[in-house]
Amino acid sequence: MSPWLRRPKYTSPQRREMPSGLWAKCPRCQRLIYQKELERNLQVCPRCGYHHRLSAPERIAITLDPGSFVEFDAGLTSVDPLGFVGYAEKLEEARRRTGRAEAAVTGVGTVHGFRTVVAVLDFPFMGGSMGSVVGEKVARAAERALQQGLPLVTFSASGGARMQEGALALMQLAKTSAAVARLHQERLPYISVMCDPTTGGVTASFAFLGDLILAEPGALIGFAGRRVIEQTIGRRLPETFQTAEFCLEHGLIDMIVPRDQMRAQLGRLLRFFGAPRAAQAEPA
Amino acid sequence: MAAEPLPTPQAGSPAAPRLSPWEVVQLARHPQRPKAPDFILGLVTDFVEVHGDRLFRDDPALLAGLGWFEGQPVAVVGPYKGRDTRENLAHNFGMPNPEGYRKALRVMKLAEKFGYPVLSFVDTPAAFPGDEAEERGQAQAIARNIMEMSTLRTPILVVITGEGGSGGALALGVGDAVLMLQHAIYTVIPPEGCAAILWRDASRAQEAAEALRLTAEDLAALGVVDEIVPEPEGGAHRDPDAAVGAVREPLHRHLMALREIPLERLPALRYERYRRMGRQVESLSRG
Repeated sequence: MSPWLRRPKYTSPQRREMPSGLWAKCPRCQRLIYQKELERNLQVCPRCGYHHRLSAPERIAITLDPGSFVEFDAGLTSVDPLGFVGYAEKLEEARRRTGRAEAAVTGVGTVHGFRTVVAVLDFPFMGGSMGSVVGEKVARAAERALQQGLPLVTFSASGGARMQEGALALMQLAKTSAAVARLHQERLPYISVMCDPTTGGVTASFAFLGDLILAEPGALIGFAGRRVIEQTIGRRLPETFQTAEFCLEHGLIDMIVPRDQMRAQLGRLLRFFGAPRAAQAEPA
Repeated sequence: MAAEPLPTPQAGSPAAPRLSPWEVVQLARHPQRPKAPDFILGLVTDFVEVHGDRLFRDDPALLAGLGWFEGQPVAVVGPYKGRDTRENLAHNFGMPNPEGYRKALRVMKLAEKFGYPVLSFVDTPAAFPGDEAEERGQAQAIARNIMEMSTLRTPILVVITGEGGSGGALALGVGDAVLMLQHAIYTVIPPEGCAAILWRDASRAQEAAEALRLTAEDLAALGVVDEIVPEPEGGAHRDPDAAVGAVREPLHRHLMALREIPLERLPALRYERYRRMGRQVESLSRG
């Protein structure tokens, strides 16, 4: 089996192991990697090629041209609309641990000098789950792209809809999909990048609605959870099930792009779609 | 927009005890509760079922067709939940595969072509969680329906009649007017799944049912549902014909209100409707 396809073993789904801060443990090959080396390698394991999960700021830092990013709606914060038991505390803890307000960072910037609106889901913040704020930020990002005649690029990494916001979270599927529909109607390009993991309600809305859909190698991409499916069909599923490679084989995505090539590939696609060049373009 | 929402009707007699959310879940899933065929055959005359997504196969879990509602031609879609084991096995417990959603979309696009209103009767535990469903793009099929429904240039009227199970329900549930039966539920995740994830204990589904705010009353308060359709005393299963009949007047009233709106205006109004959904605060200090 290709090393891409081996499933990493997480003790906790959200934590990247970093003993002492100097060394990181690869959740797939279990080897210790010198932290500096991992950073140089864009958080891709130099031994087994595993693409470590990135936070939204890390993703923006490696994707956009330095200094080009201007954030939108940083002041949007979640409330606890249902009075859901434990939600307020979970939100507080996520804010404290990540230093961010919510599970999406949106804004405008350039990739290889091409201007684009970006929306990046933040897996470390409550599993990148989509509640009212994430839905609102993605919708506003699409609307800003529309107003400014810019492309939209989304990076998804999410467990799906945020169940602590109940049906309001479910309605974010409709809100984001409707916003993306307007981009299609106005013939503005929308590129969706699926990162590990992209599941549930995020796949069932904007992530699967791109003109083009890209994925990182080995990313988990699927609607229903593996365990639920195994219980339903009464047998075990192969390790390769619901990987980016599985999706490519079944015709669900356009291409798999390794992290060190993502920036160049996005630049090429943005150029192809005629994205406007920034005034002071810096070809990297 | 749809007609003004009505105040929530009282359950049965004034002395009727208030049901717990978990009891409502049981009623919403009651095997004898009227199912999509009951609503369709009870409300739509000269119904002609159509089949197939033209891509893979016909999904028996999704009922779709054409007919007449109150003298008007309409397209109708709805997941087919059975009333007994035999029916359920034949129709996959009302859990569509991607081809089911694609069949529904085909019929909705057909409705758009001729300006027929779409009536969607939603009662599904979930989109089918199967390996082949994933291979054929369950998420993509749902996403596509949600997106296409948001721009469809014809009225869409949705009635949540039983279980509104997450994305699988929303894939048939984006509309200009969303009605919900009094003891139906509409939820982002089944209470059992929610309890299993949050507390690693599916037996705490009762608590999850409370927390999720999945009753018609809750959803009306959250602005997700426009009107609650009262059920016969004790629940729709006690008198299925009356439960089906109770949908006729509100559905017709909403349809007539939507008929007043030019077709090309509908998508913009629908956009606003979903655009408003959600709750958040905006602080200027950080923005």
